[in-house]
Amino acid sequence: MIRFSQVSKRYPGGYAALKNVSFEIAAGEMIFLTGHSGAGKSTLLKLIAAIERPNGGTVLVNGQNIGKIKAAGVPYLRRNFGLIFQDHKLLFDRNLFDNVMLPLQIAGFDHRESAKRVRAALDKVGLLKREKANPISLSGGEQQRLCIARAIVNRPSILLADEPTGNLDLDSANAIMDIFKSFHQVGATLLISTHDESILRSYKGRSLTLKQGELQP
Amino acid sequence: MKSWLIHHLYVLQLTLQRLRTTPFSSLLNVLVIGVALSLPTGGYVLLQNIQSLSDKLVGTPQISIFLSMNVTQDDISRISKQLQQHSAVSRIEFVPREQALLQLQQSTGLADITAGLAQNPLPHAFIVYPKSKDPQALETLRDELKTWPKFDHVQLDSAWARKLEALLKFGRLAVLILAVLLSFALVAITFNTIRLQILTQREEIEVSKLIGASNGFIRRPFLYFGLAQGLLGGSAAWLIITVSLSLLNASMADLTQLYASNFSLHQLSIGDSLTLLAFSAYLGWLGALLSVAQHLWQIEPH
Repeated sequence: MIRFSQVSKRYPGGYAALKNVSFEIAAGEMIFLTGHSGAGKSTLLKLIAAIERPNGGTVLVNGQNIGKIKAAGVPYLRRNFGLIFQDHKLLFDRNLFDNVMLPLQIAGFDHRESAKRVRAALDKVGLLKREKANPISLSGGEQQRLCIARAIVNRPSILLADEPTGNLDLDSANAIMDIFKSFHQVGATLLISTHDESILRSYKGRSLTLKQGELQP
Repeated sequence: MKSWLIHHLYVLQLTLQRLRTTPFSSLLNVLVIGVALSLPTGGYVLLQNIQSLSDKLVGTPQISIFLSMNVTQDDISRISKQLQQHSAVSRIEFVPREQALLQLQQSTGLADITAGLAQNPLPHAFIVYPKSKDPQALETLRDELKTWPKFDHVQLDSAWARKLEALLKFGRLAVLILAVLLSFALVAITFNTIRLQILTQREEIEVSKLIGASNGFIRRPFLYFGLAQGLLGGSAAWLIITVSLSLLNASMADLTQLYASNFSLHQLSIGDSLTLLAFSAYLGWLGALLSVAQHLWQIEPH
């Protein structure tokens, strides 16, 4: 489903974020991407979502070469993913419901069908009762759950999460990991980056470890 | 098709929402656009009115021929015949000097002065109605008649109308220049408004791009906004013109009554009104398009 072959990424200024990285993720896998901050975890995720382009090697997603995709094709590629950010990237000028509604509006869904999906997604992350609230009134863990609701409302086949538990206490982090696990159980492909050792210990799964831009065996 | 319609309705709703969230600055923008557009539009309406007035006054052009004082009755009948046979003349009218004096006494109330005259100072005259109304043809005819013997003075009565026409032409050019300049201003206003909107909605644009929004999707609300603002500005201009003309007409009623005429200013026609609205909406859309093209690509998620 996702395949990296000898991928490297240098940022302008010469900093090499990824060096010669190769791996493959099959459909339905839940993979942890670990390493210290600055090891290249975020860059790797950005390459998959075409937020950055590789300097060398090929990134294939569902058989599509991300390095060669045209700018006009990027939006349609991104609709395959649910993106979950450490800083949530929520919009504070609208309530929870409308935040989760955004991906469906972008994809052009029928309003009544959308409303059903939005409520289902909010229900899944336990925020349905607060759909009219503004996200600013949510705690850090709740904001992260809202971000997840927004990522899954479009029922993407691949979830990419960049340090989803980064700033959270253990209980909130576990709640979020439980949500991910439930997606994994229904067949979604997940790639979760984290530097949190405790999570790796309690959730067994394949993990990829990056060190200074290189994949560790 | 249905989802396309739903999307456009959604964008329209979003646009109106944005207009509402900044009511004061939106209102100011609309007013500025309205005032800017009302200047050339007002000039245009005024020129239209002068034009229709002069058309009414000029009617059919005529050439007045004043004969020498020493013409005989034979000369008059010969000239009359020659004029009637001229190919450019449709009809003629002879005004004997006695009749001319009588008319002068009656029409201008100069009876006291004319009564004091020892003899009639007025010449016999012909009034020639040419076939053509074309100014060039009229002048040619006048110049030809000037060369005829026994013709003392030949006068083209529509000469002042030509001067007015030239003046109107000048006025139209001035209005056109004003319209072009203020159109630029309108585009600039919208350009700037949209630039500010893009800056304040930077986060939303970035998130939307991450979630898979196409450029068209992101651009659309801004284009709608420019269009709506232009349309509202055009409506404001229309309102300014219509109210101003009504006020002018009301105050002019007193004036025209004194001169026993029923002149009043025409309002903008429906066609002109629609043109004004369409043009202002287009300019708003154009300003937004330029602004979006300039600023949107700078916002890419990192």
